[in-house]
Amino acid sequence: MPLKLERQENVPLAGLVAAPFVALAVTLVVGTVMFAVMGRDPVEAFRIYFVDPLSDAYTLQELVVKAGPLLLIGIGLAFCYRANRWNIGAEGQYVAGALAGSWLALATHGTEAGPWVLPAMLVLGALGGAAYGLIPALLRVRFGASEILTSLMLVYVAQLGLDYLVRGPWRDPAGFNFPQSVSFDAVATMPLLLGEGRLHAGIVIGLIAVAAATFVLGRTLVGFSIELGGSAPRAAAFAGFHEKRVTYGVFAVSGALAGLAGIIEVAGPIGNLQPSISPGYGFTAIIAAMLGRLHPVGILVASLVLALTYIGGEAAQISLRMPFDVTRVFQGTLLFAILAADVLVRYRIRRVEGTRHA
Amino acid sequence: MLDAAMVGAVLASVVAAASTLLIASLGELVAERAGTLNLGVEGMMIVGAAVGYATGYSSGSLLLGTLAAVLAGTALSLVFATLAIWLAANQVASGLATTILGLGLAGLIGAPFVGTRLDAAPELQVPGLTDLPLLGEALFGQNAFVYASLALLALVSWGLARTRAGLVIRAVGESHAAAHALGHPVRRIRTLAVMFGGACAGLAGAHLSLAYTPFWASDMTSGRGWIALALVVFSAWKPLWLLAGAYLFGAVSILQLHVQGFGFGIPPQLLSALPYLATVVALVLISALKRGQGAPASLGVPFVPDR
Repeated sequence: MPLKLERQENVPLAGLVAAPFVALAVTLVVGTVMFAVMGRDPVEAFRIYFVDPLSDAYTLQELVVKAGPLLLIGIGLAFCYRANRWNIGAEGQYVAGALAGSWLALATHGTEAGPWVLPAMLVLGALGGAAYGLIPALLRVRFGASEILTSLMLVYVAQLGLDYLVRGPWRDPAGFNFPQSVSFDAVATMPLLLGEGRLHAGIVIGLIAVAAATFVLGRTLVGFSIELGGSAPRAAAFAGFHEKRVTYGVFAVSGALAGLAGIIEVAGPIGNLQPSISPGYGFTAIIAAMLGRLHPVGILVASLVLALTYIGGEAAQISLRMPFDVTRVFQGTLLFAILAADVLVRYRIRRVEGTRHA
Repeated sequence: MLDAAMVGAVLASVVAAASTLLIASLGELVAERAGTLNLGVEGMMIVGAAVGYATGYSSGSLLLGTLAAVLAGTALSLVFATLAIWLAANQVASGLATTILGLGLAGLIGAPFVGTRLDAAPELQVPGLTDLPLLGEALFGQNAFVYASLALLALVSWGLARTRAGLVIRAVGESHAAAHALGHPVRRIRTLAVMFGGACAGLAGAHLSLAYTPFWASDMTSGRGWIALALVVFSAWKPLWLLAGAYLFGAVSILQLHVQGFGFGIPPQLLSALPYLATVVALVLISALKRGQGAPASLGVPFVPDR
């Protein structure tokens, strides 16, 4: 008795809102099974992974700190994915932005430079990320090269570039040969929000991005042209929207936001340049964008959820001695679950009897 | 400085490096010719490497390890197929999910084996042939994976071009609606093609962890799955061109290692970036020259009957 997918004419709003939660529930069930298979008490593991991080002030701050980059990158990716452009190299744009902004921090290090340094660094970071993001866009528009593969390849290149700089020209000469730059001056560091702890002003920039993106995507012609270019390219062409301009635009925006996230992270929680400046934020943000249904407010919620998997993963590493890869398994499962839940909302599964199936 | 023995050794290592890419890209080529773009190659490959190493190390049998790797790659490809083919979800996103999940699973599976080593798969020794200068070692001194990659190439090029199954696969990839109208089970054929791709990716992973670098490291595929995907584009979906592409990239990755050895004052990171930069350049060149020619017409489009 074969099953058949049938597209629903009117997708119920309740279903669209419920789908991410269903996906989350499925992921938690899979996670519980995984803990049991690995010989850990699932209830205890569950508590350490998902409940404890939410129960004290320090880890709550940390949650927001980790959600910040996911939020910024995820919003940028929403521009791309709405336009059906597959930028999967945000991790590279993040690194490029971090390098561009850090250049200024290192160039002004030890000078009397004023408080203009940090804002200028943020601008440079966004520009650096945008420039790096425009490479795959250019290669797609000019030569028809797949932006999926070129953007991903450039991630490796950016990471190697960072590695070269922190081991070579930008290494701290007084750093006992450790591969890292000098610590940034106070004027080149993100201000803290609560005086103590690690919560910094990056999240404020993230929230501004949520508001701005909600407005641009939902209320302007630019947002409409992005959406239409993605869902009905021919109609968009007839309406006079330029496909190439959309490609450049969405890659510039997502590159800029990823670059901004990169320089904020380096000027914030990290404080200098190191060979590794991201636990895979650029890839996890893809999941945040999907889980948040490509809507800025949804991405805000999704970023917090995914930040929890990072923090839970770190806690489980320490107290359960579980490898950090548990977090990646959770994130991969979550993406699978959200994609499946999406389909089940948009389609109905029906049994078909006696007909030939494909 | 460059004597025949050394050139021979370099050529042999180029062939070895190319084989991983050739195996993985052959599998992905079949999946794509049937119309499915599976971006999960990197994930399936690393799961194959981890499962293959874990099984090979625990059992002491490289054959068992290889079989386990192939099964693991196939299993992960089935997860992808369920989502991308049977639930008609977005193929790009489903493939990314496969890679992310695969990287995580491989890390968990491989964690207990960090720091261990096993004896690499044995290499062929034919008295009189293997010690021939220059090409002797490259042609007659390789392990079973390398010869398997060439057998696989022959099988795929012959199978796609000359058999009925190959014709059906190509038909499904060119026009799933027409193939469906002719009574071919489109989604089942695509699933089988994706499973073949998963098996090949798993085998490529086993080549890495059981022969090429016989230990486990969580980042040991280092983008090879993605390069295999790019090679399929580079080949314009023709199996024989994969051979050229894989050996070209094998040569780039080996040469950069040797140049690093000599120093020359070039930053090692720049040399390490060469395979990735070369991939970008190759993609640009081939796209500029061919402009999408050769791509299966239904590639990446999910099939939902009677929609």
